[in-house]
Amino acid sequence: MKKPVVVLKRGIFIAALIPAAVLVYYAVQGDLTANPIEFITHFTGDWAIRFLVITLAVTPIRRVTGWNQIIQLRRMLGLFAFFYATLHFLTWFVLDWFFDFRQMAEDIGKRPFITLGMATFVMLLALAVTSTQGSVRRLGKRWTQLHRLIYVAACTALLHFWLARKTVVPQFQVVLVAAVVLLGFRAWWTLRTRTRAQARASIAH
Amino acid sequence: MFIRKAPDLRYSEITPKSLYLRRREFLQTAAGAAIGAAAVAAASPFAASVAAQQKPQGTVHGAKLANVKKSPLSTTGEKLTPFDDVTSYNNFYEYGPYKEDPKENAWRLKPRPWTIQVDGYAEKKGTFGFDEFTQPYALEERVYRMRCVEAWSMVIPWVGIPLKDIIATYKPTSQAKYVEFVTAFNPAQMPGQSTRMLPWPYVEGLRMDEAMNPLAILAVGLYEETLPNQDGAPIRLVVPWKYGFKGVKSISKIRFVDYQPKNTWQVMTPNEYGFFANVNPAVDHPRWSQASERRIGEFFRRKTLPFNGYADQVASLYAGMDPKKLY
Repeated sequence: MKKPVVVLKRGIFIAALIPAAVLVYYAVQGDLTANPIEFITHFTGDWAIRFLVITLAVTPIRRVTGWNQIIQLRRMLGLFAFFYATLHFLTWFVLDWFFDFRQMAEDIGKRPFITLGMATFVMLLALAVTSTQGSVRRLGKRWTQLHRLIYVAACTALLHFWLARKTVVPQFQVVLVAAVVLLGFRAWWTLRTRTRAQARASIAH
Repeated sequence: MFIRKAPDLRYSEITPKSLYLRRREFLQTAAGAAIGAAAVAAASPFAASVAAQQKPQGTVHGAKLANVKKSPLSTTGEKLTPFDDVTSYNNFYEYGPYKEDPKENAWRLKPRPWTIQVDGYAEKKGTFGFDEFTQPYALEERVYRMRCVEAWSMVIPWVGIPLKDIIATYKPTSQAKYVEFVTAFNPAQMPGQSTRMLPWPYVEGLRMDEAMNPLAILAVGLYEETLPNQDGAPIRLVVPWKYGFKGVKSISKIRFVDYQPKNTWQVMTPNEYGFFANVNPAVDHPRWSQASERRIGEFFRRKTLPFNGYADQVASLYAGMDPKKLY
């Protein structure tokens, strides 16, 4: 009998590939709307930011439920955020601008939403590259510090999403609320742990 | 020991049959919201509501329009954007914020009977039925490029009436400096209007000389058919040298005014959208470049033309004006 978390991990791995499969299915069916490049851009971007938010949920769920094994899902979920972010980036790089480096460089420099998107992707890239067990061992304490970048990446990703659209779309509201709740939980938890530690320290004196 | 057991199902919990029968539509709507959907779905007017009408399936074609004459003002040498793309990829926030929403939701609109109110500085004023409003004129086919402010474009064979001919009928006075157009306000038929996405109803306007330019038309059809609801039935503005958002849809009011109308997108985001909204590759949108565009159906971007390629006919309207202020 496998451990429940292992079974769950496999199930989530397959489930996390469903959006990509759906996209391929739409493409085969010729069902990518009148503007396929825009559709693919939004589709992959939506899933990248959703997985980013889902990844942020792992630790709060662990704290609330006390189910520590769930932490074993975190790296995989984070890598799926990176996977969809990579597809999103490649859509822009290949399909949208077709390697027009001059235009892309100009866009990154001139347009805050592209700058933020690019910055988010670079951060996720750094996190993905250092996500191996070896990196965790080698970087030690600095690994934890480096991987706090996920909070920055979540914020830049949300700003990027917000600036990319003409109006506030419902999709944005959903991820915004989820991210605010999850980041708020982190802030509250950190604050609480610190005040308790201080209280304990003062009692000891 | 006697344990009192509550009934498994109370009558109040039984789903009404009408809702049950529409469960697939509800599920589709809910699935669209995916993660964390509950909060949004509950607040969304696009979620299933018990409407009296039934949604038709598949592509809906309008009635064939008779006696449409080809206009020499049509753009030539361009491949037409297919009917299915023109009617499935729309910005029409009255039906939702996504491009596929108008086709999905616009069946709720009843384009007849329809009235258009003409008001303001004009000799002839009043409220006119659609037929009364449109019948005096011959219908013309005008093939125009349509350039959206979002940097995509189409080529559409509109059927319409020159705006200058309509304006002449109502004899605006010398006090009339601008024409203001207002979309119908009817949240029951246009569910987006019960959200706060944009200030409703949608307003657009033209300076009088722009409105009198021969290229400006009020369209009542496309591809020789009556205008599909999602494209702005029954009557909409088409000004091909301006960004698409100037083309106010489902018009119910026309006013001759002495002030520059506050058009909706300008009210919404004044630093990004102005009154003139002339297509200009040299003036970027603050968040993206306007130098190029993607023609629907094509892979590579193409260069955007000044005034969307209609500079010969319209550039003189803006002589002496700073093009940087014409966004």
